[in-house]
Amino acid sequence: MKLLDSTDSGNNSSIERTQYPYVTGTSVIGIKYKDGILMAADMGASYGSTLRYKSVERVKPVGKHSLIGASGEISDFQEILRSLDELILYDNMWDDGNSLGPKEVHNYLTRMMYNRRNKFDPLWNSLVLGGVKNGQKYLGMVSMIGVHFEDNHVATGFGNHLARPILRDEWHENLTFEDGVKLLEKCMRVLLYRDRSAVNKLQIAKITEEGVTVSQPYSLKTFWNFNAFQNPTAGAEGSW
Amino acid sequence: MDPSVGDLNSPHSMGTTIIGVTYNGGVVLGADSRTSTGVYVANRASDKITQLTDNVYVCRSGSAADSQIVSDYVRYFLHQHTIQLGEPATVKVAANLVRLLSYNNKSMLQTGLIIGGWDKYEGGKIYGVPLGGTILEQPFAIGGSGSTYLYGFFDQEWKEGMTKDEAEKLVVKAVSLAIARDGASGGVVRTVIINSDGVTRNFYPGDSLPLWHEELEPQNSLLDILSSSSSEPMVS
Repeated sequence: MKLLDSTDSGNNSSIERTQYPYVTGTSVIGIKYKDGILMAADMGASYGSTLRYKSVERVKPVGKHSLIGASGEISDFQEILRSLDELILYDNMWDDGNSLGPKEVHNYLTRMMYNRRNKFDPLWNSLVLGGVKNGQKYLGMVSMIGVHFEDNHVATGFGNHLARPILRDEWHENLTFEDGVKLLEKCMRVLLYRDRSAVNKLQIAKITEEGVTVSQPYSLKTFWNFNAFQNPTAGAEGSW
Repeated sequence: MDPSVGDLNSPHSMGTTIIGVTYNGGVVLGADSRTSTGVYVANRASDKITQLTDNVYVCRSGSAADSQIVSDYVRYFLHQHTIQLGEPATVKVAANLVRLLSYNNKSMLQTGLIIGGWDKYEGGKIYGVPLGGTILEQPFAIGGSGSTYLYGFFDQEWKEGMTKDEAEKLVVKAVSLAIARDGASGGVVRTVIINSDGVTRNFYPGDSLPLWHEELEPQNSLLDILSSSSSEPMVS
């Protein structure tokens, strides 16, 4: 039994393995806006098909300049947060007035994910990394196999299929905070309707040159009053 | 091995229902007492609430062997930690030790644990460490195969700031409901209450629990029913 695992510099006696996820978070969406980055994720963590935990924070600040959002296995995300904490700590200990920006953190995460993938022992997460440093906005994504890229809007999981098309249509440079939040909420609502693992409790986080704010948890209103929903089988009994 | 006998060589697994609940002043941990090997009940009176330190206990579910070895290692480490620290370990440290073992051996272990205890810094705390080694601090936690029947129950019945008696009654009721529907849970309900005054263990045998839907009052014998009733009891 190991207190520390094979990925620490000690012994390397592990069997080749690809694990499977147990407790998982669903989509994260991130967009650039006028003053920085906005990121949204619900607070759910599923255990297979059970919506087991409903108050899990999946968007967290990293240092002074970045925000990280994760989907996938929560235990691996918690481990990533610990590694990032250590990274930021060591950076602060230099006490040289410099601090790691989002670009650097994104690169660190990419290396972590890719190297684990090469050992057939991935961290089972898709990560969104956003931040602002010296006026420069940065938004990137890393997948569990180490695929990484930057864009004006990114999403993980279902968000790629449901949210990004909306963002491709409606995102533009210089979104205000209000417009950005409304756009994210539009995407989160669609995910709530159409993603089985979504829960109706979310947080939206904002990062600007001034700093990070993570909103309090809140729920979205949903709309069910379409005429077509009232009697959907009227024209075709037995259908659904 | 013929099918009717099940597989007596299956690994010992605690189907189980385990619960941990905070109340205003401490925590109440509860569990059933069934350990099964396939379909056979290997132990009908197991104690799944295991001590880690004087003030921290853990509810074990999943593989009996895995959960026992994890608790043994954590107890060992906590003992040393307590000596070095010079005061009782905190619930958070105990829970994180469990997490470390669960996370770093995730491909080999199959055990879900609920850690509960009381320390002078944070009071009563409950931590869930499910499969995979995620750690989540919660006002209450449920686990084991029987817990699937309790999500709705707790969604409705859970309240913040209960008293010790309300909390214990809730736990006993919940385990009892899970036992009624989960074949892998059964036996007696054990509870452990931990607060600033110390630790109290309670035992609720099967016959002291309430009856649920389609369950009947246990009788000694049909003969008692026959003799006590006046009209025609044995009618075809």
